[in-house]
Amino acid sequence: MSKKVLDALTAAHPGAVVRTASPHGDDTAWIKRDELVKVATFLRDDPNMLFDAPVFCTCIDWLDWKPVGRPVAEHWDESKPRFTVAYQLRSTKHKHRIRLEIELPEADPRCPSLADMWPAFNWQERETFDMYGIRFEGHPDLRRIFLYEEFVGYPLRKDYPKEKRQPLVRRDDLPINPIKAPHAGEHK
Amino acid sequence: MADAQTLKQLVLGRKDVQDLSDTEQDLPPDLMTVNMGPSHPAMHGTVRIVLTVDGEKIVKGDVQPGYLHRCFEKESEHATYTQVFPYTDRLNYVSPMINNCGWAMVAEKLMGLTGKLPRRAEYVRVIVSEMSRITDHLTCVGASAMELGAFTPFLYLLKCREWLYELLEKVSGARLTHSYVRIGGVSKDLPEGFGPELTACLDKIASVMVECETLLNNNKIFRDRMAGIGAISKEDAIKTGCVGPIARSAGVDYDVRRDYPYSIYPELEFDVPLGTTGDCYDRYLVRLEELKQCIRILRQCLVQIPDGPVMSDDHRVALPAKQATYNTIESMIRHFKHIMDGVRVPAGETYAFLEGGNGELGFFVVSDGTGRPYKAYVRSPSFVHLSTAEMLFKNHFIADVVPIFGMINMIGGECDK
Amino acid sequence: MGVELTTTRLEDAAKWAKQGKLARIPDWGRKFSLFTYPFVTACCGMEFMSVAAPKYDIARFGAEFPRFSPRQSDLLMIVGTITEKQGPALKRVYDQMAEPKWVIAFGVCASTGGFYQNYHAMPGADQVIPVDVYIPGCPPRPEQVLDALMMLMDRIQDGRGHSQLRLKRESIIAKQTEAEE
Repeated sequence: MSKKVLDALTAAHPGAVVRTASPHGDDTAWIKRDELVKVATFLRDDPNMLFDAPVFCTCIDWLDWKPVGRPVAEHWDESKPRFTVAYQLRSTKHKHRIRLEIELPEADPRCPSLADMWPAFNWQERETFDMYGIRFEGHPDLRRIFLYEEFVGYPLRKDYPKEKRQPLVRRDDLPINPIKAPHAGEHK
Repeated sequence: MADAQTLKQLVLGRKDVQDLSDTEQDLPPDLMTVNMGPSHPAMHGTVRIVLTVDGEKIVKGDVQPGYLHRCFEKESEHATYTQVFPYTDRLNYVSPMINNCGWAMVAEKLMGLTGKLPRRAEYVRVIVSEMSRITDHLTCVGASAMELGAFTPFLYLLKCREWLYELLEKVSGARLTHSYVRIGGVSKDLPEGFGPELTACLDKIASVMVECETLLNNNKIFRDRMAGIGAISKEDAIKTGCVGPIARSAGVDYDVRRDYPYSIYPELEFDVPLGTTGDCYDRYLVRLEELKQCIRILRQCLVQIPDGPVMSDDHRVALPAKQATYNTIESMIRHFKHIMDGVRVPAGETYAFLEGGNGELGFFVVSDGTGRPYKAYVRSPSFVHLSTAEMLFKNHFIADVVPIFGMINMIGGECDK
Repeated sequence: MGVELTTTRLEDAAKWAKQGKLARIPDWGRKFSLFTYPFVTACCGMEFMSVAAPKYDIARFGAEFPRFSPRQSDLLMIVGTITEKQGPALKRVYDQMAEPKWVIAFGVCASTGGFYQNYHAMPGADQVIPVDVYIPGCPPRPEQVLDALMMLMDRIQDGRGHSQLRLKRESIIAKQTEAEE
């Protein structure tokens, strides 16, 4: 697709961009964590870029990444960063889109917040924090959004079991944490 | 009207004004916290709003979603691509076909099948999507009108919705949660006689819309409660990620069907209505106008639809023919692997989006080459729009929360995923 | 249809008068004038709206008046998925309702959790409150809902709803303790 955006970005901030690619036509740029705010400001304000509309913000957990049909070297191991935060932006005027991906290690899952630049990311960063535990620095109000305060853990991480419930209330005659029966066909 | 002294006496319990302390002389200046929801008739689905009010004026509103968080992403990591279709139905449950189409589009994009589907399949997808979009707008306008006290348009619009549900039931087998679309096409063809039935239905809907407009458009109570309430400027709409009817009512000219065309929309003629002020009344008018454009699109589709298969014959996505499945071992094995392992999508990541009832609905999927998605994120427009709610009802009255909330069209399943 | 209902009522009244069961009359009144509290959460809400709409009219059964306050209603219809976050709110709403009260779990998510088996969807609303009638379906057809309503009405008539039985148990225990004293 249009590599112009990626070329212009690499030309303007060569140190910040780790690599670029356009898988399936989506322009994607991998950015270093510390340069994210600078790159985002450039993308929002530069007249050829003008990315004024936020699309989404989410995170990918690479813990179980063993892709079929790719070399074994691409499988995840402890030396590689575990999380990737992805931001997608859109330009109303030029109609192009870009995805910024920032790789974060498991031991230090912090990422600068883009909530004051694009207000839509306020809630979406809260959602990413709620589900994956990524701390966004500079976020005005980082607290859980979908789950309740008493919930322990970050459910969308690959090591959180799908059916582990943490109930708040149960009927008087039902135990609050029943013994879980073994499930047949429990895969992945 | 009693003078100020007598009023204070009545309010503060028959004390003389001189006996009151200095702080009690004025009416209480503290802000009060009022809780709306999570179970509240106007909170479509379940959202809790903790309002901090100064009298009746809202100073701050803390909107708390998540009461319907049904873990779409986690469930889809454990289900095959075809098994995720029922979960997508329950995202935006007033326009389920559109969500189905979106999920099929993202899997097809990863497999490289975009634009290679049979034309009849694309037309059927557009027909059922536009029918779902009509049900979405009918429900939104009907429910909002009911919350403002207009019961009659609610019943009229629900009558129209019933006709559409009957037709969609004939097509897919279910009234609400269809799971009709498949990767590579749709699961079964349109039934016999569908075209004339749909045309008759659209004529009836058009006449009911005229009745509703007569009831609501120039109704003084409706206009007073909707006009000027919850206005959003064009820049704010873009910055906060608003899309769909909300952005279009503020003047943002963005419609995915026209700007990033997909499927067969380039061959169809339709207009994109734009509003000016971005208040609730404009959103209502934009939705009504879009409904009429949907009817226009459907009429064109029914004329232009070609004959042909409704499922791609690419062996990676299509089940083998039943005759072959029951008679040859290779087809039976292929059928078995297709169902048990799922459609094997090559490893990669992509974001595919389409125009949902509320705006740009997108799916960001990371695939690891097996038949189950590695990650499936839904970019839900309702979630983004709900985040603007606090900004919209600042400095309005508590009673204004009802039309603002209704016209945002926050669908709980889509917002909380 | 109208003629059958009239004869049913007359037959009911005659039967009770013969059996001396005049105490059944309040229940007969209650079953035909249920004030629902539609605790709507999810997609089943669309089918609830269809049931209340003109085609599948629930007003024929006397249950058309949604009262959005637990103090004023006696039938709690749990429509849609209940999540763990919603649990305390549901319990509070149920506790605030006045006796006798009945509960319908509308849809398979409210009955058993449906096909959601995860860390947030509660496996059925009966983990928190006792339910009288379960309606399966995702979402159930409006005819199913009306059938369930008729089943509930039979239950109310027989006095076998959970809260009616509880009241009866408590009154028996109260009488026994009085007799002992």
